[in-house]
Formats: sequence, C-alpha cells, structure tokens
Amino acid sequence: MSATTTTPETTSTTQPKKRRLRTPYFQVVASLAWKDLRAEARGREMVNAMLLFSIMAVLIFSFALELDRQAQEATVGGVLWVTIAFAGTLGLGRSLAAEKDKGSLDALLLAPVERSALFYGKMIGNFLFTLAVGFLLVFLLTVLFNVNLFRPVLWLIIVLGCLGFATTGTLVASMSVHARAREMLLPILLLPVILPIIISATRASTALLTELKTEDWLPWIQLLVVVDFVFLLAGFFLFDFIVEE
Amino acid sequence: MIEIESLVKTFGYFPVLRGVDLKVERGQFLAFLGPNGSGKTTMLRILQGLAKPTSGRVLIGGWEIPKETFAVRQQLGVVSHLPLLYDSLTAEENLLFFARLYDVPAAERGDRVHTMLQQVGLDKRAKSVVQTFSRGMVQRLAIARALLHDPAILLLDEPYTGLDVDAAALLDHLLTEVAGVKDGIRTVIMTTHDLGRAYQHATHVAILSRGKIGYYGPTSAMTTDELPRIYAETVGMMTTA
Repeated sequence: MSATTTTPETTSTTQPKKRRLRTPYFQVVASLAWKDLRAEARGREMVNAMLLFSIMAVLIFSFALELDRQAQEATVGGVLWVTIAFAGTLGLGRSLAAEKDKGSLDALLLAPVERSALFYGKMIGNFLFTLAVGFLLVFLLTVLFNVNLFRPVLWLIIVLGCLGFATTGTLVASMSVHARAREMLLPILLLPVILPIIISATRASTALLTELKTEDWLPWIQLLVVVDFVFLLAGFFLFDFIVEE
Repeated sequence: MIEIESLVKTFGYFPVLRGVDLKVERGQFLAFLGPNGSGKTTMLRILQGLAKPTSGRVLIGGWEIPKETFAVRQQLGVVSHLPLLYDSLTAEENLLFFARLYDVPAAERGDRVHTMLQQVGLDKRAKSVVQTFSRGMVQRLAIARALLHDPAILLLDEPYTGLDVDAAALLDHLLTEVAGVKDGIRTVIMTTHDLGRAYQHATHVAILSRGKIGYYGPTSAMTTDELPRIYAETVGMMTTA
C-alpha cells in the first residue's frame, strides 16, 4: 500500500539504508496465505479434522433421515450448510489458536505491516480450507442423498457462502482467541453472526435443488454477495481493534 | 535511543506500571530485572507496540509509540521465551516468511536467510521442520528471525527460559558474536531473572519494583556479588547476605 520510506536507526556504520515504512499490503496477504497453506499441507491437522467431521456428520444425517426423493431434495441444502458451518467452526478455532499458543500471533503483530493485511491473509487460508470441505460435501451428498449437486450455480453458492463464513469466522475467532475458554466461546459467538450467511446459502441451495424458478434463488445469492461484502469491509476496519490488547 | 517518560499502565483499576522514567542510550545493553508481576513483560510489550500505555510517553529512535508504530517496528527485533515460529514449517521457510513480512528486498532474501542460518549454526538443518528441533535449536532460530531485518534495537524477554546449561551457553555466545551486543552495535533490553547473566552481558541494570524503577545504574559500578544484594534491597526481599 504505502511506499513511504524512512531512515531508521541502523546498526550500520555506513550510510543508513532507506527502508519502506511498512511492508507492501499484498505481499503480506500473499505471504500469510502461503504460510498457512504450506503449514497445513505439511501438518494436515486442521483440514483432516474438518474433513473427517464432515464425513461423519453426513453419514449420520443420511442414516438418521430416511427420506423419500422429494424430501431429500428439500433437505440436502440444509445438511450441506449445517455441516459446512460446524466443520468450519472446528477449523477456525484451530487456525487462530495455533498462532496464539506458539506466540506467532505476536510475531505477526510485531511486523511493520497493516493489521488488516494480516486479517485477509488468515481469511484466505480459512476460506480455502472451508471450500475444500464444501467441495468434498458435494461429492458425498450426491452419493448418499442421491441428489445431483454438480451444478455450476450451486458451486457459486458454495464459494460465496464459504467466503462469507471464512470472513466472519476469522474475525470472530480473532476475538475469542484471547479468552480462556475459547473453544466454547467461538461457536457461541460465531453461530448467531453467521446466521444471515447460512440462511441465504441454504435458501438459495434448496431453491436451486428443488428446481424452483430463477427469481426464487437469485435474491438469496444477491443477499449472500451483500453480506460477504459487508463482512469483508468489517474485517478491514475492525481487525486492528480486535487484536489490540 | 529509547526514552520513557512517566509511563503508566493499568489493567482495569490495577496499576502495573506507576510512572516509569527511563533513558536507554544507543548501543547500551540494559538488563531489566524484577520479581514476577513487577511489570517487566508489560513494559516490553509497550515497547513492542503490542500494548498501549495508559499515560506517559515512549520514544524509540525518535519515533513515538503508539503513533508511529510502523517506523518503530522496523527497528525492533524480539526474542521471547515463546518461539514465535511455526512448527510445521522448516527453518528456512520460517525465515523466508518473516523476511517477506519485514520487507527484506527479494534479491537479498535468500542470501540473508542462508547467512543467518549459518551464523546460528542451523544451516545443515535448514530444510528440517521446526517441530523436530530441540528447545535450544528453536531459540537459536528465534535469534536468527529477530536479526533478519538487521534491527537497531533488540528486545529479549526472558530468553533463557527452558534452556539447559549447554543451550544457555550457546545463547550467550550468539548474543555476543551474532547479535553483536557487546560491541554496542545494537541497543538491547533484556528481561531476566538470571542475575549472573544480567551482570555478564549488560552495561546497565534497571530493577523494577512495584511498578517503578527502584534502581538504575551501570554494571561497571558494581561487582558480581553486589548485584544480588542491590536486587534484594530494591525489591524488598529478605537477604542472607
């Protein structure tokens, strides 16, 4: 963002080096997202837990709800989003707690970077992990509920819903990470806040899967876009205050 | 230079720092001593810009905290008792990540990381995941991370915590040789409970007691044996001396 330079006190005895006052915005976002993906690709702690939870939840739903074809089409959207919400909450808790426990959250906050860039960097990682769960669920639900979920518009709804969830979740998880009982606090704080996302995503998915007209699902997608945008903006303005001690 | 004037920090109604005045000259090594809960870590967190002072003024290299926090952060390197590193990344990946965050120029990044790893003796473990490192190796890597961007000020928050005798001796060596603390290349503030090490490294000692600086003086004006007595008298401990 800013390319202002400064001449800080240096250890050098020669001409002091001109340094940028703060690290470029997108360099921070990209580095943090890369770091999260790299760490997760190696450790696979978070994604494995989210995927296993999703498989279990869908299996339980599929055996608990013995539904006819019509009822399955009407229910599968709800099952999809409830599972994404709970599996995503599981991952979010881990994502921020890992930073806090090793002190690396402080290391990030110590760097000469815009705090909102840290928010977007963390959010991108969380978004991609939640999206992976969403796409796995498309395959699972297609098999177990015998409803074809391979529809481009549904994939768009999943992308928008996961984006909203990750944005809101990263913001709320950053609030709860300092609390002692953060594992309990996160779902209590997060679930009411993500209601507009879950409701609009579920309504749009269900309307699409039950073959309703475009005007029945399009407004929900539009609402989803608006909610995503609002939370993306909220992250930009609020993250600095949230991580402030 | 670091200047602290009438610094007060309260948590709710509880005052932790009650008007601290302190000046640390460029190239000085200040050992910051005090019992648990005396406010050492809070003080360091304020200097790092991680906590805001309730009142008072803090200037680092001429920049005021928290107003000019970006300029201040460029000058700070921090080593804490927590590793501030990522377990799942390799030593090299960790340093490259922080080099990007501190905007070390892309052309110099690889060389700088390699040099730092070499200086702390971890170049042969550059591709190893930090999870596989001993506590001493992690602390060496933490020093490399703190020095990556060549900061003018080094803040050490109880860096010897959890280190065995060999690892602590190696840390002594790294602080002297790699961080250049003895040569006055950097200004250093170290919080510690280890009075022997404080005396060994520091040019000056400040003892924090009940939220205020109870004692401040150069180590050259005291002997090794005197420091424990001064410490005990300042913090109001029972002493056997």
